[in-house]
Amino acid sequence: MRYSFLSLLANAVSGQRLWTPAWRDAAPKPSYDAVIVGGGGHGLATAYYLAKEHGLHNIAVLEKGWIGSGNAGRNTTIIRSNYGLPGNIPFYEWSMTLWEGLERDLNYNTMVSQRGILNLYHSDPQRDAYARRGNAMRLHGVDAELLDREQVRAMLPFLNFDNARFPIQGGLLQRRAGTARHDGVVWGYARAASRLGVDIVQNCAVTGFLRDGERIVGVETSRGPIHAPKVGLAVAGHSSHVAHMAGLRLPIESHVLQAFVSEGIKPLIPNVITFGAGHFYISQSDKGGLVFGGDIDGYNSYAQRGNLPVVEDVCEGGMALMPRIGRLRLLRGWGGVMDMSMDGSPIIDRTPIPGLYLNAGWCYGGFKATPASGWCFAHAIARDEPHPAAAAFRLDRFATGHLIDEKGVGAQPNLH
Amino acid sequence: MRIPCPYCGPRDAHEFTCLGDATLTRPDPAAPDAASAFHDYVYRRDNPAGPHRELWYHGGGCRSWLEVTRDTRTHAITDARFAADRSSAAQGTEDRP
Repeated sequence: MRYSFLSLLANAVSGQRLWTPAWRDAAPKPSYDAVIVGGGGHGLATAYYLAKEHGLHNIAVLEKGWIGSGNAGRNTTIIRSNYGLPGNIPFYEWSMTLWEGLERDLNYNTMVSQRGILNLYHSDPQRDAYARRGNAMRLHGVDAELLDREQVRAMLPFLNFDNARFPIQGGLLQRRAGTARHDGVVWGYARAASRLGVDIVQNCAVTGFLRDGERIVGVETSRGPIHAPKVGLAVAGHSSHVAHMAGLRLPIESHVLQAFVSEGIKPLIPNVITFGAGHFYISQSDKGGLVFGGDIDGYNSYAQRGNLPVVEDVCEGGMALMPRIGRLRLLRGWGGVMDMSMDGSPIIDRTPIPGLYLNAGWCYGGFKATPASGWCFAHAIARDEPHPAAAAFRLDRFATGHLIDEKGVGAQPNLH
Repeated sequence: MRIPCPYCGPRDAHEFTCLGDATLTRPDPAAPDAASAFHDYVYRRDNPAGPHRELWYHGGGCRSWLEVTRDTRTHAITDARFAADRSSAAQGTEDRP
């Protein structure tokens, strides 16, 4: 059923009985033209664009749990394209462009809200760094505005401008950035892919790979073997684990990243704010809760839960930025398992193994990348060549020295 | 998470800094395959879901480097010893901290 004013009206007068399931919960077939492992946002988007842009309809998305149960349901829903390096900017800007048309494209309300993101700076050197990043963005056609202290004060009068150690001196604003509804994105892509014939198979864990010599020709799963000449991995968090079954050792460590939401309050924060003197980012959901997070815990983890020192560190960042949130109660906190790559940037590429394609290493930034990640990964799978916007996200860049180290901290995954 | 420091006893994790995988061995820079060996050493990780040997620095305590064995699925710590003992006993003259 196509969602429209008419479908809404028809259901309104018929007691909401005409709605059909949004997508088909398929049983696996013995073979497909391509299989995507991982039913998160990236995997579903990849399947959707494979079907829509490349005409591959006989494909399946395999998910070990239920769709969107991993990091797609564990993020802080921020979308933005305020990057500074040439390898990153075109990719994230393409993602932003896709976000802007996503609801029309998918015929699904993904609640994209371009409320803007403001990165605060607290010192002269930091201002210079942000000015440089803003200029890099503008040279690539991305919107960026450098605000001074008074412009920030007019926008967000409740911030602690006179913090003794980290006075707010201004910020870099990207107005087109904002937030989107995470599960809406998952279901929107699932529904759109399902309508194009994609099989979405849940409770189907990949346990190994089918080989024909070197080449990978399918996967072993908990629901039987599935043959496919092309297998794409979109299992960020567990990429090392799944790639290991194929004999690949990746430049990735898995780390736990925590996020939190407060009790719901009346509208307070109009956009996304990031604290420049620590690692803290905050926005307000449409339900009223303040959604915020900070650094990873800093040690390898597959546990989907973190420890108290980081909770304390995140809350200290929040209190330094806007002391008034100290009277709010925390409603929930959760942890997600991140692929932390060695330079802080993702991988969308073919692998040395024929038939196997890799989408991994999203670090802190997987959610915002969902549309472009799917778009570029679909391109790589369908055409066996990298999409121009993701051409820098190569797996072999660590061997050739073409790192994309946005933070400039070197090969230390727990510092990115 | 509490780490049982062999010198200080069980202490809260926030006193420690994690460096990561303790099983890496610095390759010989004069070896003919040094470029690819260093690529593996610097960038690639086993990243296991299960027991993981890793280096932690007790900066908020005795300032020793420790080798901790911890399950990455549960955070349960099964072993913690001085990294110095490990390198003299098992690793020869390994020059990581």
